[in-house]
This record gives sequence, structure tokens and C-alpha cells, in this order.
Amino acid sequence: MTHYLLSVHGPAELDEFGNYGSKEEMEEAFAATGAFNDKLRADGYWVFAGGLESAATATVVDGQGEAPVVTDGPYLETKEVIGGFWVIDAPDLDVALELAAEGSKACRGKVEVRPFGGLG
Amino acid sequence: MQGGTAAVERLFREEYGRLVASLVRRFADIDIAEEAAGEALVVALEKWPVSGVPPNPGGWLTTTAGNRAIDRIRREKQRDAKHLAALMYHDDTAYERTGAVEDDRLRLLFTCCHPALAPAARIALTLRLLGGLTVAEIAQAFLVPETTMAQRITRAKQKIAAAKVPYRVPENADLPERLGGVLAVLFLVFNEGYLATGDGDPVRADLTAEAIRLTRILRQLLPEEPEVAGLLGLQLLTEARRKARVRNGQLVPLGEQDRAGWDRALIAEGHDLVRECLAINRPGRYQILAAINAVHTDAPTASDTDWSQVVALYDRLTRLDPSPIVALNRAVAVAELDGPEVALTLVDRLPLPGYHAWHVARADMLRRLGRTAEAKEAYDAAIAATQNSAERAYLSRKRGELV
Repeated sequence: MTHYLLSVHGPAELDEFGNYGSKEEMEEAFAATGAFNDKLRADGYWVFAGGLESAATATVVDGQGEAPVVTDGPYLETKEVIGGFWVIDAPDLDVALELAAEGSKACRGKVEVRPFGGLG
Repeated sequence: MQGGTAAVERLFREEYGRLVASLVRRFADIDIAEEAAGEALVVALEKWPVSGVPPNPGGWLTTTAGNRAIDRIRREKQRDAKHLAALMYHDDTAYERTGAVEDDRLRLLFTCCHPALAPAARIALTLRLLGGLTVAEIAQAFLVPETTMAQRITRAKQKIAAAKVPYRVPENADLPERLGGVLAVLFLVFNEGYLATGDGDPVRADLTAEAIRLTRILRQLLPEEPEVAGLLGLQLLTEARRKARVRNGQLVPLGEQDRAGWDRALIAEGHDLVRECLAINRPGRYQILAAINAVHTDAPTASDTDWSQVVALYDRLTRLDPSPIVALNRAVAVAELDGPEVALTLVDRLPLPGYHAWHVARADMLRRLGRTAEAKEAYDAAIAATQNSAERAYLSRKRGELV
């Protein structure tokens, strides 16, 4: 089995209803994502998942010098940012891609699939 | 059988895909498989010219390469659990030319053509691992420096290992779509051979032959799939005309080819395949293209061509694939059926100004309509856009003949 990071990418600027358009659509996406999470758990793929606060709440720390340097904002200033992720444990890439497609449909976002080199 | 170096190398090339595929199954590692196959070749080159080719060369290579792979794994101390497991695994699969071992090549073909790999990498990996072409040969075929091609192949292999691209034939539900990816790779390899880019040979017979060889293997493995039969038929009916296609370094268009130079055996085999597809009655893109080529190769002279049949087949293809390229090819057939004026109207609407065949079609139609100044411009644009030396030579002659 291999661990994969399924990261959801979407616009950095979010309005009142995320990027879902309306309250109803946002609630539908949340419900679908919840159902997908339940399925991941039931089928044994689930490791961990979470949604992130907006990129504007991020802080960058560089601890390589003598004293850590702290900077406001995300590491990269881009129009599209990671908004949430799943960590799954799957037998191979085909299974991971299939789950990513389901997750993408549920949360209404594009999903990047990337294997872990190691997981503690 | 003669055991000279050239004979050994030819045999090895024929056996390469089968050998590597069985080693990948056994050791679950493409690098180990390739290295062990290479070492087995070195041993064969030493032994066979002296002691003769063994009665079952494929079995001999499989055993020798398998032993080399185990030696290598033993030598290297820090092996992870996967390799230790492979060492413990006793391979009791008997070597056979058909059956389970054949499926290894099919598995490997689906791995090489996986949609998660970049299209250029799929072609390169297929030629390397199943065709047994060297990295240098593949680099030369696709006009990129050898280091670039080596990097492309290495990256793809790293992704296969790290992301765990599976080594298996997809489930039935996914098979049609994934098979489409494999067929697309084999079609591209063939096309690159048939109309080579760059200033080298205008036709690369090694690439067309390799594409046909791999498609024949795929057909053996999936005899029930009409699109596989269709692609093979299309390749054979095209390959049949290869020798008549270039004369004195110039491309000879279909209508002007010496049909006595066509390969009758390939045409007969291609027509059989097209008939087989018609009987199965599950049409697809490659089957329709094969049928179009069957119409062309059925005509004793160019003027005997049943153009209404060709246009009807392009109409069917348009329903499956409404792309501007299909529309362009259909318009070329319409020019023969309804005249160049009707066809030019169709061509002018297509958004293909970067595609050399669009300029070629316009130039030909404008020439036939006597619109010489416009035809010259179209020929110039076609010459600038084409990368094939024989096609450029042909277009330059046609342009020169305009007064």
C-alpha cells in the first residue's frame, strides 16, 4: 500500500460562499464531501483529511538562520492555492486516481495526486 | 540457426519485450528488469556465436536474466522488503510462447501507456521497454538530444515506481478507454515513421515496422477487440504503399503513385482485417480509417476510386470524432466527388492555420481552380509548415510548375 496526498486546489480569493456560488451549492458540496469521507473510512483508505483556512491566514517561518524570520502571508503569492487535502492509503495509482476523481466531484475542485516518499 | 553477433542481436530484439515484461512481473522493478536483460544479452553474445543458439533462446534468456537479477539483489546489502520478497519468490512459471507469459507484455504495455504519464514519455517507454530500441535510437527518431530522451525515460520510470503506476491490464469497465491510450501510442509511432519530421529519412521504415510488430502482439493478446484489428488493418494498408510513396526524394501523392509498387500481400491481409471488423459491427475510429484505406487500395487506378464511399466513411468518422482534422480529410475527398470549389469552402472554415496539411489542401484546390496567385501563397505557407523533407520537395515542385 502507498500513501497519497490528494490536495484540493482552488481560487485564493473566496467570497461569502467559498467559491461555490450560493449557500445551497456550498451546503451540497459540504454534504457530498462528508459522504465521500465516510466512504473512505468505510473502505479502509482513510488516513487523514482536513480543510484549510484561507491562504491569507498563513505565516511563513524561516528557521535556517540564527533567529527565525517570520513573514505574513502564504509562501507563494498565487491566484490558486491549496484549500484542503486528504491523505489516503491505496494499493496503487489507479485506485488513488479513481478516489481523487470522486473527491474532486464531491468538493467541486481540482485534485492533485502525489505519492508520499515516506510517512512517519 | 546462425549464431553470429547480428543474429544474436536480432533474436534479442525480438525477445526483448517478452523478457523485460516477465522480469518486471517477477521483480516488480523496471530498472532491475532492464539491467538483467542487458546482462543476459552480453552473456548470449559471448556464448552463442561459439556454442550455437540454444534450442529455446527465449527460455534461456529468461533464466539467465532472472539469475543475474537475483545475483544483483544478493550483492546489494541494503535491500528493502520488496526486493527481499522478490528474492524469496520462486518463479515456477514455465516459459511459453503463449498464455500467461504473453500477458506480461500486455500488462507492461498498459503501464507504459498509462494516462498519468506525459504523452511523449508513453511513446518513449513503449519503444524502449517493449520494442527494445535503445535510448539513442528513440532520441534520433524523435529529434531530441539523447540526454533529453534519457531524462524523459528516467523520469517516467521514477514516477511509475514512486506513484505505483499499476502493472496490470485494466478492469473491463476501464479497458476501452485505457486501450484507446495504447492504440494512440502505436498510431503515433507508426505516423512518425510514415511521415517523419526533420531532415533525416522522409520515411522511417524501422518505426513503421516496430509499430506494426507491437500492434500485431496486441492483436494476438486481445483478438476480440475490433479497434485493435482496425489499427492493424490501417497500418498494413498504409505500409503497403510505402515503397511507392517517395520517388527521387519527393513525396508521391496517392493519386500519382505507381500502384504496381504496392505490396499485395499486406493489402490482402489489411482487407481481411477490415472485413473482420465489418462482421463484428462495433465501429470505431481506427476501423473507419482502415475502411477508407481499403477503398483506396481496392481501386486499380486512382480514377477508379469510389469517392462517394470515402466521403460516406468520413461522415461516419465525423460523428465519432467531429475534429477539424477529420473535417479537413473529408473535404479532400469531397474535392474529388463534388469538385474543388465546394471543397475549398469547407476547408476555408477550418481553424487550422498552423497545420501543414491544411495549407497543402488549400494550395491543391486553389491550383485546380486556376487561382494561381493564391495557390502560390498557399504552397509557400505549406512548405514553411511542413517538416518532412520529401513533402517539402514535392510541394516546391508543384509550386514551381505554377505559371
